[in-house]
This record gives sequence, C-alpha cells and structure tokens, in this order.
Amino acid sequence: MNWYGIKAIYIHEMERFRRTLFQSLASPIITTSLYFVVFGSAIGSRITEIDGINYGSYIVPGMIMLTILTQSISNASFAFYFPRFTNTIYEILAAPLSSFEIVLGFVGAAASKSLIIGCVIILTANFFVDVRIDHPLLMMFFLILTSITFALFGFIIGMYAEGFEGLQIIPILIITPLVFLGGSFYSINMLPEFWQKISLLNPVLYLISGFRYSFYEVSDVSLLTSTLTILTILIGCIIFITYTFSKGYRIKD
Amino acid sequence: MKNILEINNVTKFYKNSVKALENVNLNIKEGEIFALLGPNGAGKSTLINSICGIVNFNTGTIKINNMDIVKNYRTTRKITGIVPQELNLESFETVWNNVNYSRGLFGKKPDHNYIEKLLKQLSLWDKKDNKIKELSGGMKRRVLIAKALSHQPKLLFLDEPTASVDVELRKDMWDVVKKLNKDGVTIILTTHYIEEAEELSDRVAVINDGKIILVDEKDKLIKKLGEKTIKIELFESVKKINGNLSKYNFTLDQTNKIISHTYNLNSNTTDITELLNDLKKDGYKIKDINTEQSSLEEIFIKLIQENNNELVRN
Repeated sequence: MNWYGIKAIYIHEMERFRRTLFQSLASPIITTSLYFVVFGSAIGSRITEIDGINYGSYIVPGMIMLTILTQSISNASFAFYFPRFTNTIYEILAAPLSSFEIVLGFVGAAASKSLIIGCVIILTANFFVDVRIDHPLLMMFFLILTSITFALFGFIIGMYAEGFEGLQIIPILIITPLVFLGGSFYSINMLPEFWQKISLLNPVLYLISGFRYSFYEVSDVSLLTSTLTILTILIGCIIFITYTFSKGYRIKD
Repeated sequence: MKNILEINNVTKFYKNSVKALENVNLNIKEGEIFALLGPNGAGKSTLINSICGIVNFNTGTIKINNMDIVKNYRTTRKITGIVPQELNLESFETVWNNVNYSRGLFGKKPDHNYIEKLLKQLSLWDKKDNKIKELSGGMKRRVLIAKALSHQPKLLFLDEPTASVDVELRKDMWDVVKKLNKDGVTIILTTHYIEEAEELSDRVAVINDGKIILVDEKDKLIKKLGEKTIKIELFESVKKINGNLSKYNFTLDQTNKIISHTYNLNSNTTDITELLNDLKKDGYKIKDINTEQSSLEEIFIKLIQENNNELVRN
C-alpha cells in the first residue's frame, strides 16, 4: 500500500476544507437553523409529536442525513472533478497509486468533512431542541457508513461529470427530492397507504429510518433492512468505481 | 550502456478510433538526453503519457528498467517523473505544499531538507510560501519541474519544457536540464524547437502521424542526412556557364561572383576538387571559400515532408 500517497491526497483535500472552513461550516449551520425555524416552529406548532417524540427533535436525524448526503456527494464529486478540470490529475495518474488508494484518499477526505459537518449540526440542533441519542455507536455506524457510501457516489459523479453544472444535476434533481420524500420531516405512517408503498421504493427512506432508530428507537422500517440497504448502495458504488477505473473510462481515455 | 526504457510495438487508439500511436518501437539508454521531435499532433505527448500511465495504450509493451510498466507500475512509476506541457497547477496552493504533495503521491517519506535543496536549485526558495497564482509563467514551469523531481526520479519526461517561455528563461531551463543529466537523470524531452534538441540531446527520434520515422544520434543524424554547401567567392563574375562548368549543378548569387554548390556528406565522393580545378582551368581566381551545414531543423522539415508525401501516396 502507498500510505504516503493516500495521506498526501487526504491532507491535500482536508487542507482545501481548512482554507474554506467558514463557507464549509456556515452554510450547513445556517440551513439547519432555517429548517428549525421553518419546520420546527411553523409546522411543529401544528404537529406536536410523532411516535411520541417532539416534532422538533424528530426531524433532527432527517436533517443530519440530508446534510450528510448532500455534503458527501458534493465534497467527493468536486474533489475529483477539480483536478480533472485543471488537468492536475496527471500526477495522480502517473503516481504509483492503485485505483483503490486514489479512491481511499479522496473518499476518506470527503467522508471526514461530512462527518465533521454532521457533528456540527448535532451541536447546532441542541441549541433549538432536545436531542437524545439512545444508541451512540449505532448512530456513528450509520453516520460513517452513509458518509462513505455517498462520498463514493459523489466520486462517481466527479469521474463522469463533463462540467461544473454536471456536478449539481444528480444532487439537485435526484438526491434532494429523495431525502425530502424519504421521511426526513415526517413518518411515512402519516401518508395515505398508496404513498406509503411508493415511499418504500425510496432507498433514502431506509437510511433515515435506521438513523432515526439510533436516536429515538423509532423507525418506519426494520433496522436490518436499513443496514442492508446502505450496504447494498455501498457495494454498488464500489463495483461501479472499480469497473470504471479498470477500463480507464473518462480518466485514461 | 543498458536500456532504461524499452517500448515495443505500442499502439494507441483514442475513443473516436483516431490512431495516435502505431507500432512504436524505441529504446532509451540510461543516462542520455533523448529528444522526441515531431509536429503538433504527431503523438509525442500521447507516447509520454502512455509511458507514465496517464493514458492507457491498446497493444504492445513498455518496460522501465526491464520491468513491465503495467504489471510493475508501483516500482516503475517510483523512478519516473513527468513535467507536462501545460502549466497544470493548483493555483491556490503554495509552492511548498505543491511540491511536498507530489513527493507524497509517489510514496516517499517527507524530506524537507531535500525539498529545500531542490527549491534552492531551481531558484524557487524565496517563493516557497507564495501561492501558485502569484507566480510568473517561468516560475510556474520551474514549480512543475520541482514537482517532477520531488521524488528523485531516475527517468524524467519533459513535455515541451520551454513552450512559450522567453529566450532567457529557455537558456536557464537548458542549464537545469544539463545539470540534472549530469547528476544521473535520464531525460526524454519532446520539443518542436529543433534548436533545443540540437543544444541538449544525445539522440533524436522523429515522430510523425503516430509513427517513429527515424532514431539516431544527433551528431550522426546531422552528418548522415545533412547536406553541406560550399560557397566559393570569385574575384570576377562568372559570365557564362559553359564548357567545364556546365556539368555542375551550382547556383550563382545576384553579383554572379559567389558560387553555391551543395553536396551530401554521406556520399562516397564529392566533386569539390573537380569544381575547383575547372574554375582554375577557366581562369577564375578564388577570393574566399566557406561551407555551411544544414541544421537539425532543415533535416527535420525535410523528413516530415518526405513522410507526409509518402502518407499521401499510400
């Protein structure tokens, strides 16, 4: 293993995060605060509790998941697309690094950034509502696994994007709607039966549900299904990246 | 001297089926400076990028130090460095971070003393804390060289190292290249500045349309393919070319006093002695004689033209 190489990529990416620390943290903190004001106060005054949990507290796991998903994707996609755009990728390709090591460096950094932001959001949420974490280890397990999985997904976007606009299309058109429709701000039991069934087709629902279980021991689907879903997406991303690298498609054309 | 690089039957197609390299065979000896000449789009950068692992090639084998670059990519890439043609650098990073980052990528333990020495050698030490965007084009080119040398490679590829730099900096770069070579680094440079190849290289290859059309020692190439022109200046002008002089294929200048006669150094005989004798017989007195040899540039143009004509014929 080229540990120095992995470390170089990781530190290089974290350095970029450090340089833009204010923008990196300010945006999710402001967004979270706005969600609490809009959803927590406005809607929360009408829906006081869901599954016995105060509405403001209930939406915390969903909001963290929303941020983790979007941040992991955007961090990883930008991190890999940027050297492609500036052509500095030549030295990563010319270095004695395997595709696994390249992915580990970039995805590790993107996931780390998301984790930091996730922790900041939990702290921010505490200013607005009571946040209880019944299973901290399970919460960390979901948090880390989701960060890594969606950083891998972002890495794929970074490999295939043909412009900066391309980096935004999937997060805006697919991920954000899936998160909003995946029970971030409600329980699917509140929906009519037909829409409950449709919601079950949404993979993000399983992530949010499992994550919420680690906080309050309430969930829309079983913990096992949630875990299997995230692992399936993770394996799917790994297979896709491995295949793309082995063919050199869009990187070594 | 042993070969540090062996390229056998390498072919590369781009996705749109454009053949970028066709059956390229080339051996590079350890310790030499090798110049790869060719017009734009000839395949110079594609060949270098294939060797360095930046692009995949379709068929053939490439070996560095007798090791296959695909199977033993870790070992072979550790001793290889590349300076790209474009100024591809992270603008918001400092020189110091940029160079240390490159060393890390190539799996080398941090060595701040070596990086300091390298930056001093390339006159970059006082710019180490500057961001790349604050540097001039020439300085950026030096940073690229520093990055390529950060992991102490044995084989260095310079892709158009002096493209769009001023004359003074070009000479500086040449000194850097000579110094590196003296320190034991084998250098392969692509260029379309023939003057550069003539100044630096031990051997030269000419590539056109993805094919290597010639490989030879620079001096031998100039000697072998080079035409020489003898210029004979007379005291009085040549009035009429007849008799003895009509058998020669020479030209006269506007004053009809300077005879230019071209001959090939590689041919077994030249007719210079006969020409001088015949001039004497016809009563001409010689004021001065000098010779001019064709440059690598003229040879290069001639080769490319011949090759292009052949391609058109085929």
